[in-house]
Amino acid sequence: MAASDYDVAVVGGGLVGAATAWGLAREGCRVALLDEGDRAVRASRGNFALIWVQSKGLGLAPYAGWTVRSSNAWAAFAQALKEETGLDVCFQRPGGFHLALSEKELEARANVLRRLHNQPGIVDYKTEILDRSQVAKMLPDIGPEVVGGSYCPLDGHVNSLRLFRTLHTAINARGVKYLPSHRVENITKDDGEFRLTTSGGTIRAGRVALAAGNANMRLAPMVGLEAPMKPERGQIVVTERLRPFLNHPVVTVRQTDEGTVMIGDSKEDSTDPSGLTLGVSATEAERAVRLFPLLANVNVVRTWSAIRVMTQDGFPIYDESETHPGAFVLCCHSGVTLAANHALTVAPMIARGALDQTLVAPFSARRFHVQEAG
Amino acid sequence: MFKRLGDSGATLTLSVDGRSIRARIGDTVAAAMLAAGIDHCRTTPVSGAPRAPYCLMGACFDCLVTVDGVGNRQGCLVPVREGMTIETQLGKREAGR
Repeated sequence: MAASDYDVAVVGGGLVGAATAWGLAREGCRVALLDEGDRAVRASRGNFALIWVQSKGLGLAPYAGWTVRSSNAWAAFAQALKEETGLDVCFQRPGGFHLALSEKELEARANVLRRLHNQPGIVDYKTEILDRSQVAKMLPDIGPEVVGGSYCPLDGHVNSLRLFRTLHTAINARGVKYLPSHRVENITKDDGEFRLTTSGGTIRAGRVALAAGNANMRLAPMVGLEAPMKPERGQIVVTERLRPFLNHPVVTVRQTDEGTVMIGDSKEDSTDPSGLTLGVSATEAERAVRLFPLLANVNVVRTWSAIRVMTQDGFPIYDESETHPGAFVLCCHSGVTLAANHALTVAPMIARGALDQTLVAPFSARRFHVQEAG
Repeated sequence: MFKRLGDSGATLTLSVDGRSIRARIGDTVAAAMLAAGIDHCRTTPVSGAPRAPYCLMGACFDCLVTVDGVGNRQGCLVPVREGMTIETQLGKREAGR
């Protein structure tokens, strides 16, 4: 192999790329982290920050196991980051709720969990349906319309912006070269090394890990990979800081370590990150007030929209290129939930030069070809 | 601390943390508290440091108080009314208040 500038070039400076870069640096790799400029679509700045297990894996059972693995690895991951940087990402795993506002919603929820649970090879992720009185013991401020919900003890949350900052602090301390304004335009492989043509010059690396979110769709074909994506927009409403009242995250409402309440989980087929739809924010807020009536008079201090990274079937993609050995692609919706896996499991595989198929084979993009082959 | 310019105008009474103060009709809550010599109206959610009204034009949010049971009101934007009950805003607002 030629004497490249770096052992690995990670493309994408968001949570997936930063977690992967940190994991690679821990394995002793010389790493460059290539990022776009300020006008990039920044999914990692706009997310909801759940570490979420319940609901994951309907249609692809191994995704449930993969998610449980990351949830279980998160405490050690947060601790390692704290030891290296002194920064606390405020990881908490008190267990989370999905709440129902009618018997019909609760039945629909129970059906989803039943179908998930009945899949062959599913892990036990300990999610159960609770009735109103059981929910009220853990969430005393629920409104009168709440009839029950599902609870999973493996669900948690984190301060996502602090996680982002902490990862960047940690990779910097470990000597990872962070290169903003390096939008990758082309990737070739010559003489055993990758050459990445970017807006900030050419970068040479022994391996390439594509972690650019929805932009993987554009980048993956350059190295014989594919990443079929289907971006969607979500909107989030944030309240003023309140004294702690919500001890468990709910899938659409959570109180942060700093006291603000985040309300979210809308889905729109739009890729415009700068647009906000008042009707969507209002619907989210109205539902949050029905879940927790004490939010009714609370002041909203911020709203924003952001683009979700989403593969076409919603499940992660981890692949290595057959035509361009040493090129890898990582795509997932849950960059927060799976950060521990990316840092502690996937990055070491890339450092060794091959994905461990016993763990990630179900997440190959080859699954998208089943119908074409038929 | 602050001195009023002239002494014209009708007055009214409001309560600040249980203590009665006099204010002028047309005062804001923040102005009335400053005129009464009250040196802070809130403590911060992060460090608990005491804060007093600062910009008096709705921008800085340092004058947050609890007004008639509603937390985090901007004292500089709320006109006084007879019998109003003001409480020092201690740290984060309590949801439902």
